[in-house]
Amino acid sequence: MIGSPLTAKVAFTVGPVAVTEPVVVTWALMALLGLGGWLATRSLTLRPSARQTIIEMIVGVIEDQIQGTMRVTPTPYVPMTGTLFIFILAANWCSLIPGIEPPTAHIETDAALGLIVFFAILYFGIRGRGLVGYLKTFAEPTFIMIPLNIVETFTRTFSLIVRLFGNVMSGVFVVGIVLSLAGLLVPIPLMALDLLTGAVQAYIFTVLAMVFIGSALNEGRAPAKGKRS
Amino acid sequence: MNWIEIVSILAAAMAVSFGAIGPALGEGRAVAAAMDAIARQPESAGTISRTLFVGLAMIETMAIYCLVVALLVLFANPFIH
Repeated sequence: MIGSPLTAKVAFTVGPVAVTEPVVVTWALMALLGLGGWLATRSLTLRPSARQTIIEMIVGVIEDQIQGTMRVTPTPYVPMTGTLFIFILAANWCSLIPGIEPPTAHIETDAALGLIVFFAILYFGIRGRGLVGYLKTFAEPTFIMIPLNIVETFTRTFSLIVRLFGNVMSGVFVVGIVLSLAGLLVPIPLMALDLLTGAVQAYIFTVLAMVFIGSALNEGRAPAKGKRS
Repeated sequence: MNWIEIVSILAAAMAVSFGAIGPALGEGRAVAAAMDAIARQPESAGTISRTLFVGLAMIETMAIYCLVVALLVLFANPFIH
């Protein structure tokens, strides 16, 4: 990537619709992850095989993180947050395959993920407290805070989008610049740093989604221990 | 090269360079405080590092905003057609 990071290359066109490369990569990732998930959970048994143990461990770690962050029963939130984490991690790390750019390095993908989190906050907030109860949380702690709370709902989604986009895109961009200036093999340490950034950003996106959903559920109730945001 | 492009490149460089100062200081202080806390209470290292990561992400967003503004100025400048 050395051109403008705000535009995406067109892979092919279907009639009048131009399909860009990030879309193709995203669908390939979705197919791979879906197929992998289907294959991995096809024959679950009570006496787990090695493969099933690994998968149960991953799900257990995600449940522990949700439990530690939101202080609620993790079961309803595992599918969404787990999918978010695994998808973003796979998307950030697919730059390991030569010639493929992470779809998260384009702001459209991040905007879609951010919108998912935005509507998930609304959904879980309304489901957990009822419509009136959820609307009342905007008046916490006093009614003067209503405009600020409404603005915060949008700005935190926006910052979620821009954070993921900025981190992943800057990594890809720096690798492109160093490659064009210094040549082959020089950007390898930077690519290793990219992998670390990608993992950390996937983790942070997921944890922040959990924190936001947890605050929609718990705001104004008896303060839980170690509550944040 | 006309004035708008010169000013745009200068503005992008200044946005990133000055915009990185504050988050760098803030992240340094946050990490130092977290190290101090872990040294005092090693058993709560898990909770502290999780909170630290989330806090660092929040702080880092400020620098990312500057980066995005610099990119907008360089690649999507409304005054250059």
